[in-house]
Amino acid sequence: MTSRRKVLQRAMALGLISPLDACNYEDPQHPDLADDFLHMMSAWNDRVQAALFNPHTLAPTFRPDQITRPPRFNAYYDISQVPVVDPTTYQLELGGQISDKTPWTLAQLNALPQEGQITRLTCVEGWRVIGQWSGVPLGQFLRRVGADTTCRYVSFRCADGYYSSIDMPSALHPQTILALQFLGQPLTPPFGAPVRLRIPTKLGFKNPKHIVQLAVTNVYPGGYWEDQGYNWFSGS
Amino acid sequence: MRDNAKRVIHPLPLRVMHWLNALAIIMMIGSGWQIYDASPLFGFTFPRSITIGQWLAAAIAWHLAFMWLLVSNGVCYVVWSLASGHYRKLLPIRPREVWRDFTAALTFRLKHETGIYNAVQKLLYVGVLFAGLVAVVSGLAIWKPVQLWFFCNLCGGYFAARYVHFFAMSAIAAFFAVHLLLVALVPKALPPMITGGRQP
Repeated sequence: MTSRRKVLQRAMALGLISPLDACNYEDPQHPDLADDFLHMMSAWNDRVQAALFNPHTLAPTFRPDQITRPPRFNAYYDISQVPVVDPTTYQLELGGQISDKTPWTLAQLNALPQEGQITRLTCVEGWRVIGQWSGVPLGQFLRRVGADTTCRYVSFRCADGYYSSIDMPSALHPQTILALQFLGQPLTPPFGAPVRLRIPTKLGFKNPKHIVQLAVTNVYPGGYWEDQGYNWFSGS
Repeated sequence: MRDNAKRVIHPLPLRVMHWLNALAIIMMIGSGWQIYDASPLFGFTFPRSITIGQWLAAAIAWHLAFMWLLVSNGVCYVVWSLASGHYRKLLPIRPREVWRDFTAALTFRLKHETGIYNAVQKLLYVGVLFAGLVAVVSGLAIWKPVQLWFFCNLCGGYFAARYVHFFAMSAIAAFFAVHLLLVALVPKALPPMITGGRQP
């Protein structure tokens, strides 16, 4: 990933690719020395966070009475723009380094062993909410479909065009789940129906909603916010 | 030559670390204000004209880039202070002397003795070092509340850590204001921090 970023930076510096294809901080039209510096430091912070990540360290869990009510809707668009996915025709597509790429229906996902958690979702903006999610542990799911867990990334594509990706060690963390339920009920559209990622070891924007495709890859997939300059690893 | 070196008011390592720290503090506070504005803790925000970074992602990127300068420079300062004996200029701090120098300062009877810190100065310098330590610990608690959970617990949890971080920043900013005010009142204190100066 680092080398990929370096290539990106060099290519940008040489004007070989459109600056809009890569992340820019101050002025998307004119990446400058400051952008190069910030990209370099962000890549360094990715490495530090990967080294700091302990697969056995659990995110704190909370009591039911600590759950934030009413739950807070958050997206980069208004609640009226939330995509509504038909749960009866929904399919989770699989891609990349996965041996069995048969798509999964919602009923099939619901039939898998489920795990619940009451954890804190921390936004990159600084606020936090506590919620209750349950669903299929991603690590168990990846092993069930024969994913190559030596790959570096798990990427997600969403019904609203959002996309994101996480590192494999975080994907295999016991608290990382493909959430199907929120507050004891099936997910509703504002909160990511029908399937969202719930990963309490990362910031909120690394918890994509309305997931329609999951892929395992060694090619850096980036993300909607990550490509605009937010730190990729963004671990908690 | 050796005699000369002894009479330098601010040795070279101290000057380098002072200005690197000034840069780090300005970058950290300027970008931190922008991050604060994304989710304010109190009923005010910082005007965009005095924050660093065009938008939140830029501010966070500056903040998490310059934290390395702030921390590594701070570690260098502590190691150098202990190794060179510089810390003896800051310690001990005796309450009676602080009171004496504080009242003298308020009545404009406190003399500026080049190269020697009065008791109020000692208290302020040690105080801002402590505020810096609190800022770093609470900052790490906010950055990595899961992996660095012990820092988060030390601050009383994630929610409280943001307030701790804010107040540590406020203390540093207040020191900065007083620091600049005193340099304005005693301008001869500034050149030695650039050239090193010579004891009279």
